Amino acid sequence: MSDVVTGTLAQVAAALRAKQLSSVELTRTVLARVDAAQGALNAFVTVDAEGALAQARAADTALARGNAPPLAGVPIAHKDVIMTAGLKTTCGSRMLSNFTAPYDAFVAEGLKNAGTVLIGKTNMDEFAMGSSNETSYFGAVRNPWNTEYVPGGSSGGSAAAVSARLVPGATGTDTGGSIRQPASLSGICGLKPTYGVCSRYGLIAFASSLDTPGMFARTAEDCGLMLNAMAGHDERDSTSLDRAREDYTRDLTVSLDGLRIGLPAEYFGSGIDPDVAAAVEAALAEFRRLGATTVDIALPNVNLSVPVYYVIAPAEASSNLSRFDGVRYGHRAEKYTDLMDMYKKSRAEGFGAEVKRRILVGTYVLSHGYYDAYYLKAQQVRRLIAGDFQRAYEKCDVIMGPTAPSPAFKIGAKTDDPVQMYLNDIFTVAGNLTGAPAMSIPCGFDRVGLPIGLQVQGNYFTEAKILNVAHRYQQATDWHQRAPRGTA
Amino acid sequence: MAGQWEVVIGLETHAQLSTAAKIFSGASTAFGAAPNTQAAAVDIALPGVLPVLNRGAVERAIRFGLAVGATINERSVFARKNYFYPDLPKGYQISQFEIPVVSGGFVAIVSPTRGPIRIALTRAHLEEDAGKSLHEDFHGMTGIDLNRAGTPLLEIVTEPEMRSSDEAVAYARQLHALVQWVGICDGNMQEGSFRCDANVSVRREGEPLGTRCEIKNLNSFRFMQEAIEFEVRRQIALLEDGARVVQETRLYDPDKHETRSMRSKEDAQDYRYFPDPDLPPLVIDNNWITRVRESMPELPEAMKRRLVSQHGLTEYDATLLTANRALVDYYGQAVKALQAGDAQSNKLVANWVLGEFSAALHKVELDVAHAPVSAAQLAGLLKRVADGTISGKIAKDVFDAMWAGEAHGENAADTIIATRGLTQISDSGAIGKIVDDVLAANPAIVAEVKAGKERAFNSLVGKVMAASKGKANPAQVNAILKTKLS
Repeated sequence: MSDVVTGTLAQVAAALRAKQLSSVELTRTVLARVDAAQGALNAFVTVDAEGALAQARAADTALARGNAPPLAGVPIAHKDVIMTAGLKTTCGSRMLSNFTAPYDAFVAEGLKNAGTVLIGKTNMDEFAMGSSNETSYFGAVRNPWNTEYVPGGSSGGSAAAVSARLVPGATGTDTGGSIRQPASLSGICGLKPTYGVCSRYGLIAFASSLDTPGMFARTAEDCGLMLNAMAGHDERDSTSLDRAREDYTRDLTVSLDGLRIGLPAEYFGSGIDPDVAAAVEAALAEFRRLGATTVDIALPNVNLSVPVYYVIAPAEASSNLSRFDGVRYGHRAEKYTDLMDMYKKSRAEGFGAEVKRRILVGTYVLSHGYYDAYYLKAQQVRRLIAGDFQRAYEKCDVIMGPTAPSPAFKIGAKTDDPVQMYLNDIFTVAGNLTGAPAMSIPCGFDRVGLPIGLQVQGNYFTEAKILNVAHRYQQATDWHQRAPRGTA
Repeated sequence: MAGQWEVVIGLETHAQLSTAAKIFSGASTAFGAAPNTQAAAVDIALPGVLPVLNRGAVERAIRFGLAVGATINERSVFARKNYFYPDLPKGYQISQFEIPVVSGGFVAIVSPTRGPIRIALTRAHLEEDAGKSLHEDFHGMTGIDLNRAGTPLLEIVTEPEMRSSDEAVAYARQLHALVQWVGICDGNMQEGSFRCDANVSVRREGEPLGTRCEIKNLNSFRFMQEAIEFEVRRQIALLEDGARVVQETRLYDPDKHETRSMRSKEDAQDYRYFPDPDLPPLVIDNNWITRVRESMPELPEAMKRRLVSQHGLTEYDATLLTANRALVDYYGQAVKALQAGDAQSNKLVANWVLGEFSAALHKVELDVAHAPVSAAQLAGLLKRVADGTISGKIAKDVFDAMWAGEAHGENAADTIIATRGLTQISDSGAIGKIVDDVLAANPAIVAEVKAGKERAFNSLVGKVMAASKGKANPAQVNAILKTKLS
């Protein structure tokens, strides 16, 4: 029993299918573990025991009949930015602290149809704005490897839940690194697919041109299994891509012989923690042993990614968050004198400091007289960055480097310095600006035992290739099998 | 001495497109439903929902572009116009800003002072309507009805090329007819399907453009005329007093017949337009344009030329007929039913459609579709005029009787002529007898005629017609009278 509950998603699915235990039994155990860990980690905002058990019973029925969908009975969690019918969906904000979603997001629907059991909704930075999961209205999430440290953000609750073996897989969203950075800091896998592969329908929008649903799991194989359930065309999202369905696990075992790994000088410069640099170098050595070669590439504009991102993302956010006005749903101030006062008070009370900061920045860069200098310029540089990557992929198949410049930091260490906080995303934001897929996989630990992540980036629609690269590495290493103390 | 004052007017018109569903959600656009029963998740801006463009709205924009000879842009961009208002649920309106779907084009009008002119269009762009704030029904509160939120609009913008309120109204009427002609808008001004804003300024002839004011929400042609005329007087009075016109948005108050300030330019919002990242650029390829072109009805200009060259109508009648598609369709059906097709018959039909028929419609404010006299019935009546069964004057009585529902079916005119005994008397013997009686009874007038008084002759004609109860053939009456008096 205890083996199964901490097993990978593929192992859990297989055990359920082999009737080693029932989904109801498993779900009860998971709910107990989630409950026990909540005080230490604060990974969940909402736990839906009743709903989870009902779904588990349905899964058991399907499993008994032999017509169960592929992930029948597998427990998962959703980041609380993803709409889930009948469940509170708070986005980590006071603004939506009492908001119940009336419908399922596309990715929630997909995982439901695949038979998964939804345990609950995970904590996150407010409106997915943050890199440490400290901006949540529901309090900071703590890193399972050391609870004095942050798990990364903004999908910190999902990362912590998977890292602590509470669930084998969880969804996240990645707007500037919000899946990959917490995956790296929490010692698990996190995949951000190509923009448009998973519909954004039902994601509470932060920055529409960057927001990408994805997932956390401990292995590349598990990420592929989840992506199979989450990908697909959706007419309700005009940016969703109409592509043929594919099995993202089809190439997992393909040999890496001849794989060309691009190493951008820009990812290996100063400002990188020496333990991170050493772990990444060791990983590259492992890939060479697996038959890959490394080539130096240049991404001359990639150093502009963070400034470009911090123009575009707040601009879109300032507009996307306008609907939270206290009129139809969400927080409304109790006392106000007129309409304008109601707007001001409701939004002042409903949003936290980081969200307000980004709304202000976004409003500024879109303002008359500033638009050309900021927003338009940022969009131009965004295209230059995408061009850099296209040229690089003429010389290599994947691009590697550290996911984050340093391992997890202590809670509170960067809360007073937003720019330092923003620099956590220095290697991840380019993937959102280009829309190409990228993944973080565990590749070692620093001197105090905090996990380190390797980022694998690929060209558009190369999810299967990235998962293949990650899987072969995981077959040769055991970083992903290491568990935080007391969790396995 | 400074030159004459010149008035400069540009119009922005919001035409509600006649799609069954909204522009970015599947909700119905039907008018008059209970509040908030036609507002989908997208329209109330729930978290996580996204706009999906209704291609029917785009098709209607293409139809408009083709109708006004404009450029249909291969690529246009939806942009967000950001501002807070309770009936704007997303906090932004999806519109088009830098690149609209339609650029250029023109609408031809007849100016009372300048004759036939073309009013150039700047652009036409797609956008969504906002909801409605209801201030009356809720004590101390404002109600929000989002049924209208997301209704597709085409905003049609002219260059500042109109020089009088008459020209502005002529343009607005022409545009109003055109959008209905090509089937993109029902034109219902009471329900707000066709609303105009006017930008008005004045200047001395030859000088650069003056400061303009925008008058909002002119929902009738009469209000438009009154509002512009008031605004022109107001601006000229200001300038002649040495004061300045302040750029501002003004509202027309139809009760007080005046415009008043709504907000000044200083209060104008910064809408922070930017391309909507939820919607890819709108791409319209040539195939799409070709398909739409093939489905277009004959346009008024082309039809007008055809009515002149093939039907033998005057330019004047053809212009009047083609101002209204339902009317010209009615004319066409009547011509067909009459089965004559010669210029004289066509002219007769046109006269009746533009004369008696239109007047009868206007009197009771009916549209063509609801007219109680069908085109076939009118043709049945005109057949009897053409073959001399009844005179034109009697025909008007028969028409009124048909309109009142005195008889039904295609032969209504014949039925009425028969039951009322209105057949024209063309028997010269019968007419001769009436003439003899009239001459005998009016020796004084006969004497006047013989003394050479023209008017006295007409008086005798009138008496003969009256004696025949209007049924005598007037031409024969004339001829017989002349013979007998000579």
